[in-house]
Amino acid sequence: MLQKKVKKRATLLIALTLISLLAIFFILMGLNKNILYFKSPTDIKTNEDINFNKKIRVGGMVKKNSLVIEEKEIKFIITDFQNELQISFSGTVPNLFSEEKGVVAEGKLQDKSFFIADRILAKHDENYMPPELKNLMKNNVK
Amino acid sequence: MIKLLNFSNIFFWIEKLINFISSIFFVFLLVALSFALIFSPPDYLQGDSVRIMYIHVPSAWISLASFTFIALLSILHFLFKIKNLKLVIKSIAPIGLMFTCLALVTGSIWGQPTWGTWWAWDARITSMSILALFYIVLILTYKFVSEEDKANKISSFIAILGLINIPIIKYSVEWWNTLHQPASIKLSGSSSIHSSMLTPLLLMFFVLLLYCALIFLMKYKTEIIRIKKKNLKRL
Repeated sequence: MLQKKVKKRATLLIALTLISLLAIFFILMGLNKNILYFKSPTDIKTNEDINFNKKIRVGGMVKKNSLVIEEKEIKFIITDFQNELQISFSGTVPNLFSEEKGVVAEGKLQDKSFFIADRILAKHDENYMPPELKNLMKNNVK
Repeated sequence: MIKLLNFSNIFFWIEKLINFISSIFFVFLLVALSFALIFSPPDYLQGDSVRIMYIHVPSAWISLASFTFIALLSILHFLFKIKNLKLVIKSIAPIGLMFTCLALVTGSIWGQPTWGTWWAWDARITSMSILALFYIVLILTYKFVSEEDKANKISSFIAILGLINIPIIKYSVEWWNTLHQPASIKLSGSSSIHSSMLTPLLLMFFVLLLYCALIFLMKYKTEIIRIKKKNLKRL
C-alpha cells in the first residue's frame, strides 16, 4: 500500500500534469497557424484573408520542366500536387535547389497565382543514399 | 542489496566501470569515426556534408532520451524522495544540455550549405531550442535554490513540463510544415537511409552513448564525494 504522503504527492503531480497538458494544448491550438513554417499553394488558394503586403513563405515541390533560368531571373512553378504557384526570383539559389525537389520561398504574393521571392531555401527530403545507387535507380527507370 | 547501495560500495563499482569504459572507448571511437569519415559513401545530393549527420542525429537522440529519463527520475524522486535520484538527475542534466547544443550547432552548420540558411524558426528547431532552455533552467535550479525540498519541487515541475515538449519535438516534422526533413529512421517499417550510411550512424550513436556513460559516472562520483565531504562545495 502506498503511504498517505506519497498518495498526496501523486495526486498533486497528476493534477499539475493535466493542467499543464491542457495549457500547452490550448497554446498550440492558438498558435497552430503561426507554427507552419510555410504555406502550401492549396493554403493560399483556399485562404480568403491573405495580406499581400506582408512577407510570407510558401513551399512545395518544384514542378518538373517548369524551371526557366534567364539572365536576371529564375522562374519556376511550385506544386503540392493539387494546386500550383508561379514563382519569380532573382539571386543565388542553394546547391540543392533543383526540379522535383522541395523548396521554400520567402517573399510577397502579387496575386493568388504569382509570387515574387527574395530568398530561396532548399528543403531536403529524408532519403540518404550513395551516388552509385542513385545512378542505378535512374538507369532502371529508363 | 542495501550493502550494494552503500556509498563506498557504489564508489568501488563506479571506479571499475570507468576504467572498463575508458579502456574500450577510444577503440570504438576510432572505428566509428573511420566509418563515418572515410568508409561511408558521400550522399547523392549533399555530397560530403552528409557526414555532419553522423554527429547531429545521435546527439539529438541522446538529448531527447536523457531529458525523458530525467523527467521519469524526477517523478520518482518527487513521489518517493529517494536521495540518490537527485544526484543522478544532477549528473545527467549537463550531458543532455551539451548534446542539445551539439545537435543545434551541427544542424546549423549543415543547414547553411543544404538549405541556404543557418537558422530557421520552424517547429522542429524552435522546440529543440526550448529543450535547451529547459535543461538550462533545470541546472540553474539546482545551482541557485539552496533549500533541498524547494529545489526538488521546482525541478520536478520543470522536468514534467519539459516532458510534454518531447513528443512535440518528435512529431513536429509530421504535424506541421517545417523546413526540417521528417525522420529517416522509423521504429516500424523500412528506413529511408541506405545501409552503408546507417552502419556508421549507429556506430557513432553507440560511441556517443559510451561517452555519456563515462561522463555520467565521473560526474556521479564527484557528486558522491561532495555529499561525503559536506564542507567541500566546489570541485
